[in-house]
This record gives sequence, structure tokens and C-alpha cells, in this order.
Amino acid sequence: MKITLKVWRQKNKQDAGHFETYQLDNVSPDMSFLEMFDVLNEKLISEGKEPVAFDHDCREGICGMCSMYINGRPHGPLRGVTTCQLHMRSFKDGDTIVVEPWRSTAFPVIKDLTVDRSAFDRIIQAGGYISVNTGSARDANNILVPKENADKAFLAAACIGCGACVAACKNASAMLFVAAKVSQFALLPQGQIERKQRVLNMVKKMDEEGFGNCTNTGACEAECPKGISLENIARMNREYICAALTSEK
Amino acid sequence: MAKGMFSYSIGKKLIMGLTGMFLILFLIVHCGINSLIFLNDGGETFNRAAEFMSHNWLMRTLEVGLFLGFILHIIQSLILTLENKKARKIGYAVSNANANSKWYSRSMGLLGTLILIFLILHLRHFWVVSRFTDHISSGEETLYDEMKEVFANPIVVIIYVLAQISLAYHLMHGFQSAFQTLGLNHKKYTPIIKKIGTIYAIIIPLLFALMPIVMYLGIVK
Ligand code: HEM
Ligand code: SF4
Ligand code: FES
Repeated sequence: MKITLKVWRQKNKQDAGHFETYQLDNVSPDMSFLEMFDVLNEKLISEGKEPVAFDHDCREGICGMCSMYINGRPHGPLRGVTTCQLHMRSFKDGDTIVVEPWRSTAFPVIKDLTVDRSAFDRIIQAGGYISVNTGSARDANNILVPKENADKAFLAAACIGCGACVAACKNASAMLFVAAKVSQFALLPQGQIERKQRVLNMVKKMDEEGFGNCTNTGACEAECPKGISLENIARMNREYICAALTSEK
Repeated sequence: MAKGMFSYSIGKKLIMGLTGMFLILFLIVHCGINSLIFLNDGGETFNRAAEFMSHNWLMRTLEVGLFLGFILHIIQSLILTLENKKARKIGYAVSNANANSKWYSRSMGLLGTLILIFLILHLRHFWVVSRFTDHISSGEETLYDEMKEVFANPIVVIIYVLAQISLAYHLMHGFQSAFQTLGLNHKKYTPIIKKIGTIYAIIIPLLFALMPIVMYLGIVK
């Protein structure tokens, strides 16, 4: 396959950045999108040029590191797929593909296609934990959990923190990510101790980091590679409203 | 209550949702009463209902609430929209948003602004005349006569109809969005809420849009 790439290049946080156009003549349809970038980078290195910086780690759709805004959509044209799991067979010979970094004030560009997503880590630090006793291992089924709740918590916990929800949202809102994290604990008995304070703290942090406000467009759910449901956002709204109205602080 | 609840995103959205729902309820009453003109009885029933509404202390109190509701909804929407713009200072060169969301769900601010422009005109046409002049209180004219007069102008009719299209799309998203914002999401009820929302967003603006049309065309005399 012949592919024309228009890639965002930006030296560092301060640089204004610009698009560069690259031509790849020998792309296999079986390559993953990132492997295609590896080929591009090999070519750039052999030409003595600076390779394109991009994030990746597991390359099997579980770490959430890869992050490319491909032809106007986070993680490209397929649903339920991360950039690393996207293959070139999803494109046609002769296609021009525009690749940009996630755009959000809370995710500043570090270099080229890599953005700083540590805002997510700080939201987790604000409340994404539970209290447990250390010591010897407990019986596995000591605490009873209704099956439906276990399933819902598990589905929420599937969030890999990639930030595609923020990238897709017209408001750069992080509600889907935060809602997934709030939900996975709120649904389980183990999450009850910090339940109220958790949602208050995480939402506060989310706002402080500069993410936008949700307007329920549903773009996040549609683009989430892990199929995190909008139901979680409603749950977080519920959790927040109840916690805030009953808080004594 | 948690300190500063309404200065955080979900608190602010709560105000949006509550005022939006209040406005939705208001529109049912407003549309219901105005639809009395379709009885085509020379405005008799309609005038009586309008008379009742304007001389009722409960309605007068609710009217103050309605103004507050609109103002809160509008100010809050302005704040949220400005914050949302700030959350993405540098935009995308290529964006294929239609692949993941409906255009009207992304255009609530624009649709709301169109409704606001209409609202100012609309208040000028009816509210100002009935409240701040003695045309109607003196018995010289009825509200129905006023309607006929206003809707004799084709440009006004067109503006009213366009405004109802904006309202329809605003509510097509807004109705179900308000439930989601309040956290009212349920496996069984949400699909029903969405259906009711779509029906509401079509029926109410359609009835409103028909009013100037039938009056202009003289179908309702
Ligand atoms: C009769 C008139 C109106 C009705 C019935 C109405 C109704 C609604 C409803 C139900 C929502 C959804 C609330 C939520 O998602 O929580 C909403 C949102 C919104 N409205 Fe209105 N509205 C009206 C007029 C206006 C006006 C005049 C403006 C602006 C000048 C406006 C701007 C907005 C904006 C920006 C949103 C936020 C979008 C969102 O959160 O989805 N609306 N409106
Ligand atoms: S909710 Fe989905 S899109 Fe958002 S960070 Fe988690 S996995 Fe990524
Ligand atoms: S590289 Fe780990 S999810 Fe894509």
C-alpha cells in the first residue's frame, strides 16, 4: 500500500508545531498502525532526521499509552479499538492519513504526538483508592457482592486511562474516565468507606486540572476503546449530587 | 451541603438540568393554553384562559420563577460554554465529530442563542404589550387580537417558525440530557425517556410553529 501521512510535529511544549507530510510506499495491510510508524521512523532515522515521538507500551490494547487522533477520530476509524490494535487494512491504498496528538488544555503536548496525561494520575490520587487491612491474605469470597454489581464494576474497571474520551469530547471533558473510576468503587462493598469523599475529591481535581464540562453528547462512549458506558456518568452525577447535598463539610 | 458545590462542574450542570426541566414543564402549559386558538372560536376560549392566567396569584408567582429560571439557564450556559472553550485552546486540524455524536448535541449553545434572540422578540410582541401598555387591560383589544396583528407580518411568521426549529433541536438533545445530568439513568426507563423526549421535541415546537402559520393564512380567524 502507498500511504501519505500528515503528522503533527512539535519540538517541545513551547514550540508552535506544524504538519509534516511523509510518503510511505511499502506499507503492508497486516501492519498495525504503530508498526507503520516504526517503519516511518526507521526511514527518518536512516535519512538523518528526527523520528516522530509517539506513546506506546503494551501494543495489545491494555495499557492505554498509545494515543493518536487519526483522520479526526481518537484511535482511528474503528470502534472499540486502540491505535495499537488498528491495522492498515482499515485504510485504502493511496489514502492520506492525518495524525494529531490529543488536544486538551489539561493534556499539554510534550513532543510531536505525545501528550502529558499525568492529570489523570492526579485525579486518581485524589480518590481512586480504597482502605484495606494489610496482613495475611483473606478468604476470596469473604465479602458478598451481587453478581450484577460485580459485572458492572468490572466493566467500569476496564477503562485503561487512554484519554480518548477527553480527545473526542467537544468540551475536552474527562467525565467518562472519572465516572469509570468512581463507579468501579461505588458499586463494590470495598469502596464504601471513602465513597462520598472520593467522588467530591475526584470531581474537584478533574475541574482543577482544566477539563471541560460534560454536555452529554456521547462522543466519549462512542470513541472509548473499552466501551465504557455513559451509564457511569449518570452514576457519578448521582453519587456527586447525593454526596455534595449530604456533606457536612 | 459541600462547600462550593455549585462552582464545580457537576453542580453547575445540575443547575442547567433543573432549569432546563423547569422550562420544559413551562412549555407544556404555555403550548397547551395557546393551542386553544385551534378551536377556531374567534379566540374566545383562549382569551378566557389567558385572562385567568394573568389574574392568578399563583401564576404571577410562577412567572417570577420562570424569569429566574431562564436567567439562570442562560447565565450558566454562558459560563459552561466559555469554560468548555478554554478546555481545548488548540483545536484539531481534522475533526470527524459526526462519527461519534449528533450535530445538535454539539450545538446547544448556538441553538440556545437563537432561542434567546427569538425570546427577546417574543417578549416584546406579547409580554410587553399585555403588561406595560393598556391595550389589553383597557379592553380595547384582546391578546388574541394582538396575536392576529403580530402574525399578519410574514417576516415575523418566518422568524417564529425558524425559532421553533431551533427549539426542537435544542430539546431533541436537551430533554434526555437533563435526565442524564441529574443522574436519572436506568436500563428500563432511559429508552422510554428518550422516546418521550423525541416526541416532546417534535410535538411542542410543531404546535407552536403552526400558530403563526394558521393565523397568517387565515385558517384560524
Ligand atoms: C424555552 C427555552 C429552553 C428550554 C426548554 C431549554 C431546555 C434545555 C434543556 C432541557 C437542557 C439540557 C440540560 C442538561 O443537559 O442538563 C438545556 C441545555 C442547554 N441550554 Fe437550554 N433551554 C432553553 C433555552 C435556552 C437558551 C435561551 C439558551 C442560551 C442562551 C440555552 C442554552 C443551553 C445550553 C448551552 C445548554 C447546555 C447543553 C447541555 O448541557 O447539553 N437554552 N436546555
Ligand atoms: S473511559 Fe475509555 S476512552 Fe476514557 S480513558 Fe477510559 S478507556 Fe480511554
Ligand atoms: S500500546 Fe498499550 S494500549 Fe495501545
